[in-house]
Amino acid sequence: MTKQSVRLGEIIEASTTGFSAQSYELNELPALGSLVMTSEGERKLYAVVYHAATEGIEPGRRPIARGRDEPSEQALFDNNPQLARLLRSRFSALVVGYRDGSAIRQHLPPKPAHIHAFVHACPQEEVKEFGQSFNFLNTLIGAELETPADELTASTLRLIAEVQDDPRALLVAAGKELAMLLGRDYTRLKAILERIKP
Amino acid sequence: MNNDSRLGMVVAGSLSGGVAVRLDGDASVEDVVVGRYVSIEGKKRRFLGMITDVKLDTSDQQLTISPPDPSDTFSAEVLSGTGAYGVLTVTPYLVIGGDQTITEGPQPVKTIPSHFAPVGLASDTDIEQVFGKEDAQRFYVGNPLDMESKLCLNLPELARRSNGIFGKSGTGKTFLTRTLLVGMLQKGACVNLVFDMHSEYGWEGTSEKGRKVKALKQLFPSKVAIFALDEDNARRRQVAADVFVKIGYDEMEPKDIALLKQTLNLTDLAVEASFTLRKRFGKDWIVKTLELETAENGEQELKSLNIHESSFQSLLRGLTAIKRLGFMQPHVERRAIDQLLGYLERGTHVVLEFGRYTEITAYILVSNMLTRRIYERYRENTETALAGDRTPPTPLVITIEEAHKFLNPEVAPQTIFGDIAREMRKFNCTLLVIDQRPSGIDPEVMSQLGTKITCLLDNDRDVDAVLSGISGKSELKGVLAKLAAKQQALIFGHAVPMPVAFTPREYGSAQSYKELAAESERPPQDIDKDIDNLWK
Repeated sequence: MTKQSVRLGEIIEASTTGFSAQSYELNELPALGSLVMTSEGERKLYAVVYHAATEGIEPGRRPIARGRDEPSEQALFDNNPQLARLLRSRFSALVVGYRDGSAIRQHLPPKPAHIHAFVHACPQEEVKEFGQSFNFLNTLIGAELETPADELTASTLRLIAEVQDDPRALLVAAGKELAMLLGRDYTRLKAILERIKP
Repeated sequence: MNNDSRLGMVVAGSLSGGVAVRLDGDASVEDVVVGRYVSIEGKKRRFLGMITDVKLDTSDQQLTISPPDPSDTFSAEVLSGTGAYGVLTVTPYLVIGGDQTITEGPQPVKTIPSHFAPVGLASDTDIEQVFGKEDAQRFYVGNPLDMESKLCLNLPELARRSNGIFGKSGTGKTFLTRTLLVGMLQKGACVNLVFDMHSEYGWEGTSEKGRKVKALKQLFPSKVAIFALDEDNARRRQVAADVFVKIGYDEMEPKDIALLKQTLNLTDLAVEASFTLRKRFGKDWIVKTLELETAENGEQELKSLNIHESSFQSLLRGLTAIKRLGFMQPHVERRAIDQLLGYLERGTHVVLEFGRYTEITAYILVSNMLTRRIYERYRENTETALAGDRTPPTPLVITIEEAHKFLNPEVAPQTIFGDIAREMRKFNCTLLVIDQRPSGIDPEVMSQLGTKITCLLDNDRDVDAVLSGISGKSELKGVLAKLAAKQQALIFGHAVPMPVAFTPREYGSAQSYKELAAESERPPQDIDKDIDNLWK
């Protein structure tokens, strides 16, 4: 892992197609559609964040409202220091590729990520490099997740475009790839295009 | 194929219907025009074909129902070439490369390129490879549509068969014909006889804008002789005519009358009568027939010949109409046909100007009479040449206008032109047919035309007649219908390896005269060299 990459959390559940990770700080979550990376031994895995949630650590104990008499949200947490221990933020990511030597492969890796592996945000250069190819779009639009696939695809593309020298060119190229994939479903294509329009 | 000229790739097709080429996203449908050449890079060989249709298609029908907003340039950019794309229909004509073509040049196609073969615009080198470069035999006639390269025709090859130039009035037939005639003069492929109905080929013609353009005699003074039927008209136009043509009644045969049946409105029996009268009176039959009306024993004579009064009157009306033509005389000492043959045999090209005699009667009569004699002479000469060691006569190309008048199904079997079109190729005599109503020409004659050049035609029957019998007819029909109204033509047939839509070369500017005539007269130093060589 490169030094400058920000550590976002730790994997608490892993499978071939994706993983869930817990953030170290409450509410510190990566953006929807952002590219994150983790490792499976020597192999670096790339994944797209598709869902994030903050909840109680015990499934049976649901958080309750406590701030009626507190002057601010910050004061609420200051006066209830146990909250940071009883609540957690977690996010789920869909594996979209891995690094094989110097090349990035945009398909599922042979093995899932390791449990307790650290999850890092992808540095700009790697996002840029990842955006050279659009084979991952097929995985995104075909995924059945809590988040609508179209929203996820659009967010991912917007974020990848942001770091490019010519964001519009990338979006057009990605749009063309989508048009190819969704050739028979113009309505869906239109919905995604509306969301990525620069 | 370089990337600039790449258009798309082959996605479907058949040999009979042409291949479908899906346009790349960055290639605009608006830039490809019907009639252009493309090259298809197959796995083993390269194919050369012509774009015969262009259409727009979408991957999802929904796209046509709710298209993106016009202001949404992003969606339009994304969808063009992906969800919405252009499809070209390309008819492959030739194969370049492969085993045979190394020795024999481009070959006609017998198969089609495989799936996903890249398609690009044909380069100038491709065209040159197919049509050859300008040389001693090849004449530059124009440029393929939207291309810089020169389209060259092998003129000796062209002159070997009868050819046709078609197109409706004002589309540039005359200019095209003039260019082609110049080419034949330049390359010395053959000797021409032009029956010039509207006096446009001999001395000078006029362009649509009324500008005067030089014709053959001005460009090639030593190689062309002008025969004029109308002396007054020629003098008025200050044409340096070589011979003024007069025709004697005694040169006319009943066959010539038969041909004029339609134009002179003669009955069948009147035509029959002319044969009877010729038999009875011999050479002077016309003069004697005309006298018969006033003669005392006229009626008796007719009765004895079994000619009905009404038939005789019909014939008489016809003969009087012919008599009225200024160039007809009871007897002529120096027959025009002998002079004409003399010129032709010396290799001088002859343009026969009709002056004010633009009515079809004069045209059919004169052209048919003269051609019949030429036909006989050429037949004789060729047969003697075949028997002995003599060289056969120089190929003769006879140019006729308004061809449908004497090559229509009714009269074609009787006219000499029908015979020439059908069989005179063997006797070194061919036709160059110029017409605006090709549907009026006998299909049998049409089928014998080797090379056809056609400008815009918009009558369905005419288009069908011109394109009859060639492969890929329906595709070419599309190309033909989309030719510009002026200065664009489609050539196909014997003299070209594949059909080409082209823009004829410029004719009428000072520069063009220089180019056209420069190659004709050989520079003096060349002649000196030849003389030197003689003494070596």
